[in-house]
Amino acid sequence: MPESPPRVGLFVTCLVDLFRPSVGFAAVKLLEDVGCTVEVPEAQTCCGQPAHNSGDRADARAIALNVIAAFRGFDYVVVPSGSCGGMIVKHYPELFDTGSAGHEEALHLARRTHELTSFLTRVMKVDKVEARFPARATYHDSCSGLRELGIREEPRKLLASVEGVSLREMTDADVCCGFGGTFCVKYPGISDKMLEKKLRHIEATGADTLIAGDMGCLMNMAGKLKRVGSAIKVRHVAEVLAGDYATPPIAEAE
Amino acid sequence: MTEMSTTAFKDNVAKALADDQLQFAMTETGPRFIAKRTKAREALPEFDQLRDQARGIKDHVLDHLDIYLERYEAKVKETGGHVHWAETPDEARAAVLEICRKANAKMVTKGKSMISEEIDLNRHLEENGITPVETDLGEYIIQLRNERPSHIIAPAVHLTRGQVEADFRRVHTHLDPGRDLSEIPSLVEEARGVLRRKYLTADVGITGANFLIAETGSSIIVTNEGNGDLTQTLPKVHIVLASIEKLVPTLEDATTILRVLARSATGQEFSNYTTFSTGGRRPGDPDGPAEYHVILLDNGRANVLGTEFQDMLRCIRCGACLNHCPVYNAVGGHAYGWVYPGPIGSVVTPALVGIEKARHLPNASTFCGRCEEVCPMRIPIPKMLRHWREKEFERHLQPTTMRWGLGLWAWVAKRPKLYRRATALAARVLANQAHGKGRLKKAPLASGWTEFRDFPAPQGKTFHRLWKERRS
Ligand code: SF4
Repeated sequence: MPESPPRVGLFVTCLVDLFRPSVGFAAVKLLEDVGCTVEVPEAQTCCGQPAHNSGDRADARAIALNVIAAFRGFDYVVVPSGSCGGMIVKHYPELFDTGSAGHEEALHLARRTHELTSFLTRVMKVDKVEARFPARATYHDSCSGLRELGIREEPRKLLASVEGVSLREMTDADVCCGFGGTFCVKYPGISDKMLEKKLRHIEATGADTLIAGDMGCLMNMAGKLKRVGSAIKVRHVAEVLAGDYATPPIAEAE
Repeated sequence: MTEMSTTAFKDNVAKALADDQLQFAMTETGPRFIAKRTKAREALPEFDQLRDQARGIKDHVLDHLDIYLERYEAKVKETGGHVHWAETPDEARAAVLEICRKANAKMVTKGKSMISEEIDLNRHLEENGITPVETDLGEYIIQLRNERPSHIIAPAVHLTRGQVEADFRRVHTHLDPGRDLSEIPSLVEEARGVLRRKYLTADVGITGANFLIAETGSSIIVTNEGNGDLTQTLPKVHIVLASIEKLVPTLEDATTILRVLARSATGQEFSNYTTFSTGGRRPGDPDGPAEYHVILLDNGRANVLGTEFQDMLRCIRCGACLNHCPVYNAVGGHAYGWVYPGPIGSVVTPALVGIEKARHLPNASTFCGRCEEVCPMRIPIPKMLRHWREKEFERHLQPTTMRWGLGLWAWVAKRPKLYRRATALAARVLANQAHGKGRLKKAPLASGWTEFRDFPAPQGKTFHRLWKERRS
């Protein structure tokens, strides 16, 4: 770790920016608590996944170049999402020809970029947080974080250190919730079937709170839980780790 | 039923989701396969190393496929067998028919073969007065129902026991109507009894091949019921149907891949029967067919070599990616509309029938990555699905509304200042519409979402706006 406080650029993600700024502020708090200086570059918009996953390479590349430029000069780039983190770490380099300047820059950004919980544990070597949050919780692994970035124990370890949180594992915590970006609106029936299975596993744990690290999955699962009238509260992992109990859960009234 | 309906994917899906029997059958089997594979994998510490080796073997073959095909053909000839090259399904069907005619065949027994499905062989044989009899239990069942397999290794996985019982009672009218078929073993026994008589009367036996060995000219099939052995040894003529990518250089290479195949497929260390065939019966052999033929099908595969899709040809059809796919488990194999279902089907089908006809398949994925995680041949399936979406995008095959919507979004996303204003407005409007309830029952342009879910409302201001306020 460098002597001076690490300079971290926060990649907010488009969903946190638009739907749930409280996640962004929770991330900032967690980063500042471990001694980072946090900045939020103005020029960021989205990581470009909607274009990339729709086969639109040109736009994905243009957006990637924008992100690369916006985050030049930071020691680290931290993302409160495994999916957007995976996009930057795994997919940006694939968007450019090997050996090109863009490829080099994409690799340079990829090496500095981390999902929030893995940054705290792997880079900042933190294994506990000072927070209180009453919750009988279960954790859903979102696919990209798990399979592209290998994040599994990191959020669980940190959550276990939060005073008041008890964690119980659901069956198939690592199986997709059916979000999949545009998938969930292009094939809503399949998505819903996947969601139904996920809900059964969540409910079987007896948890009162569902936690995950990606806004897309969280909105999908919260939307379904509320549609069927479930009382289970849905939270982003950053909010729980930051002890932000005051903000209403996702899709709940103020 | 055997028609291709990849274009009707959405209708197929709707039907599958509403089919209670199918849904019941799928919830029963998926988890069983997964648990067995996990156990087999955990019992073999070098599993992942074997996967790397297996990948290396196939990559090497694919890079030198022409050489190995030539070697293989020469060896088959040396051992007294015949090789028939078929570029298209038409040519493959014609070759099979000609061999059957020469043998004066009235009936052929068949081991499980996906290539037979790919070339729609049964229909062709029937149209030409030859009766095909499937001897793999699953294939036998779906033949009775005039259906396609819904899974690469478990063709009847979409059916419940009760459905199979009903089919057997419908077809096996020579048996006592009062018999007990309430347990699966009794169904297996009954099918065996019916089939036993067919093996002996068949004139030709047709099997697939899990591997073709260049070094020896052998073909290998892997089965659990032993039906393949009877199919290929009892009739006078044995026809092997295989596609060109089934080749491996040596017997040792095949053994390496076999070690990951059964574990990935059924969680067995080895399948019950691994059967090698090399040429026909030689003087002094106690049994075996008089003639041995191999039909080598290309059907578009050679065109895939050297492209971004080449890795799909490493597939050994173990079915692990299907078993682990949440989309496959939600809709079953028939929804995919053609021969190869599941994740690998969604990569292979567009290559064989054209992306124009199969554009839904690569789109119906969340890119969850579980297929790639379990594939013994380490095929990067999500990456290839994305490549198909790129082709689709290049050729303007997506629906116009989607294309425009995406184009507009990207145009704004490339302009941070404009993007800030647009998102600030959207956050405010949606938050207002939610009237403090935190969610919406309906949202503009989001009917696909709100059909099944509430739409979580924004908190009101964007992060960037609040961050600015906090700084100033
Ligand atoms: S793609 Fe991989 S997992 Fe799927 S059937 Fe082929 S070898 Fe098996």
